[in-house]
Amino acid sequence: MAFPDQREEVFARIREALREPAPHRHADHSDHTAATEHSAPDEPPPGADTFRAWLPVVGPTLEEQIALFAQNAAQLKADFRAVASLDEAGLALANLARDNAWKKIATHRHPLASALAEKLGLPCLFTDPGYATANLESCDAAITGCDALIAQTGSVLVSSRSAGGRALSVLPPHHVVVAERSQMAPDLAAALRLARRKYAPDWPSFLSFITGPSRTGDIERILVLGAHGPKQLTILLVG
Amino acid sequence: MMTFAQDFKRAAARVTADLRHRGLIQRALKSYEVKRDEFKGRYQNWSEARQAASEIKWDAINHLDRYLAEFIAKLEARGTRVHVAGTGEQARDYIVMVAAENKVRTIIKSKSMTAEEIDLNEALEHAGCTVFESDLGEYIVQLRHEKPYHLVFPAMHLTRDEISDLFHRELGSEPTNSPEELTMIARRVMRQNYCRADMGISGANFAVAETGMISITENEGNARLTTSLPKIHVAILGIEKIVPQLEDLALFLPMLATAGAGQPLTCYNSLIGGPRQPGEVDGPEQFHVVLLDNRRTELLADAEQRDALHCIRCGACLNVCPIFKNVGGHSYGTTYQGPIGSVITPHLRGLQNWKHLSSASSLCGACTEACPVGIDLHHHLLQNRRNATKAVPLWWEKVAYGGFAFLMRRPFLYRLSGKLGSIFFPLHKLVNRGPLDPLRSWTGTREFPAPARESFQDYWKKKQKEERHGVS
Repeated sequence: MAFPDQREEVFARIREALREPAPHRHADHSDHTAATEHSAPDEPPPGADTFRAWLPVVGPTLEEQIALFAQNAAQLKADFRAVASLDEAGLALANLARDNAWKKIATHRHPLASALAEKLGLPCLFTDPGYATANLESCDAAITGCDALIAQTGSVLVSSRSAGGRALSVLPPHHVVVAERSQMAPDLAAALRLARRKYAPDWPSFLSFITGPSRTGDIERILVLGAHGPKQLTILLVG
Repeated sequence: MMTFAQDFKRAAARVTADLRHRGLIQRALKSYEVKRDEFKGRYQNWSEARQAASEIKWDAINHLDRYLAEFIAKLEARGTRVHVAGTGEQARDYIVMVAAENKVRTIIKSKSMTAEEIDLNEALEHAGCTVFESDLGEYIVQLRHEKPYHLVFPAMHLTRDEISDLFHRELGSEPTNSPEELTMIARRVMRQNYCRADMGISGANFAVAETGMISITENEGNARLTTSLPKIHVAILGIEKIVPQLEDLALFLPMLATAGAGQPLTCYNSLIGGPRQPGEVDGPEQFHVVLLDNRRTELLADAEQRDALHCIRCGACLNVCPIFKNVGGHSYGTTYQGPIGSVITPHLRGLQNWKHLSSASSLCGACTEACPVGIDLHHHLLQNRRNATKAVPLWWEKVAYGGFAFLMRRPFLYRLSGKLGSIFFPLHKLVNRGPLDPLRSWTGTREFPAPARESFQDYWKKKQKEERHGVS
């Protein structure tokens, strides 16, 4: 597909523009309690290791992190449950299926997610071999794995590889995430590092931090859940 | 034809007089402020975080050529088609061409201010495509054939009743005053559109140079569906969206959410690094990234105001601006409203036509204080005023300031003019607010302060005389 691209002209304009150096890099222009500069102009800017000291507090132990995650999830109106075993997770899921009258569910090949989905005994769509969008759209719930849970924000990190593609975790109205305790990360930086170790340089084409069920405030700034994505998000932490 | 400045003044005067409208906006922003402060309070040190964010963006913008080249190379290595567009027209032509080559009829779109900037929808509709905005607020303003009111909250100027009437009229839905039911109406309509759209168009909030990924921030899930289901995904973004490292997002994503929407983190923060890769089960077959200059390089060339390109479009400066709260988003007549819009629009669309926005400011500095990446917004407004006057001086300003300087250098004339002022001022009552009032642009909305009967100099002389008498 040949179509003229202005790459060379734009890059030439950028280089020309940058010949004059910018005067300073200080964020607080008039504030006397200004923060100190973290780096000189020719040094690299502050990295992720330093962010932790400024962002909201996260406790160092796993128990503290699970407690913080639970607190954040509650605020986000996500349904978080720490369960002792896969059997207990199966029981919780069976209750959800009954209470919400699920008729059909979707999942993907994943040691925890597919094991739990199959226990329910409902018609189950697997996305792995490919699927028809309409077929997935008609499912009542999706059960997926994830890459990490983030204590600081109550988020779940999923990717096209860890959660059965791009659409499985967003199209059905109820998303159930299954995670293990070892997947708890204190903050976003740690979760991104975890993903880097797992994937780089062969990254999945899609990653997403999911923070609570889909929401909108576009009408009079009033919170409504389930705008376009799932109305309900359940997170099962196994172990 | 009216000038942009006249349009702005007329619209601003109309909206400012509409107390219902102002009440609606100020109520909405009050609830934002409460939430923003709650979550900002959880940061151990917001001001240090802000300084770091500013330094990271400084690094990105001041080495833009290097980072942009890295971003493009990484994307292309994984099968993304990158198009660098010098102007809005070139970006539109490219996207229309992609749509035509793939026989695209229906397009689903998630929120993008960059697409608004280049009037992309109009170009695609002109080429015969149907475009659906999927973000709820954007969908509402699209149905009303309106521009977004606010760069983050596009429909914040409408009440639920107005939206219910709109849906009833355009979609045939039953009237309701429940925001939840209204949201569900839009959800049902949009579900069908995601599944049948041939192309999805999105913007991007960040462009990660090191890994070649775009990052999209949203709450509704519409951007995820837009970028997952259709066979083609086109993302359009300004060249300034660059951040160097993937981990930089660990700072920018929470700060964007807190400053912009009063949330700890928005619901979905998605990274997209290519079309569907081998072994993946879904995702678009084609992924196009359109990088837009559209005079951003002119702003880049202005070293003094280069930091305006640090902007992450969170809208925090709009939310705290006393001008925005009173004149509203539509009065600006720009894609980007509020303080940041007043700073960058003169660069993007021409200084002389848009210099009036630099005066639509109380210079209170609330915008600069609210900015999570520390852009010196209110000083940039002053610099735009200076640059505009330097380029095209106004004759009456020259006369007025010349006369003022003449007077100030001659103490006798200065004192005389003060005296004459206090003698003749009572006569002003005769013309006050009338067509002959020389001070009408001031007295139209407020009282003009009467000159003191006695000048400070006279008072001081008298007082000293009295004291001397008292001592002796």
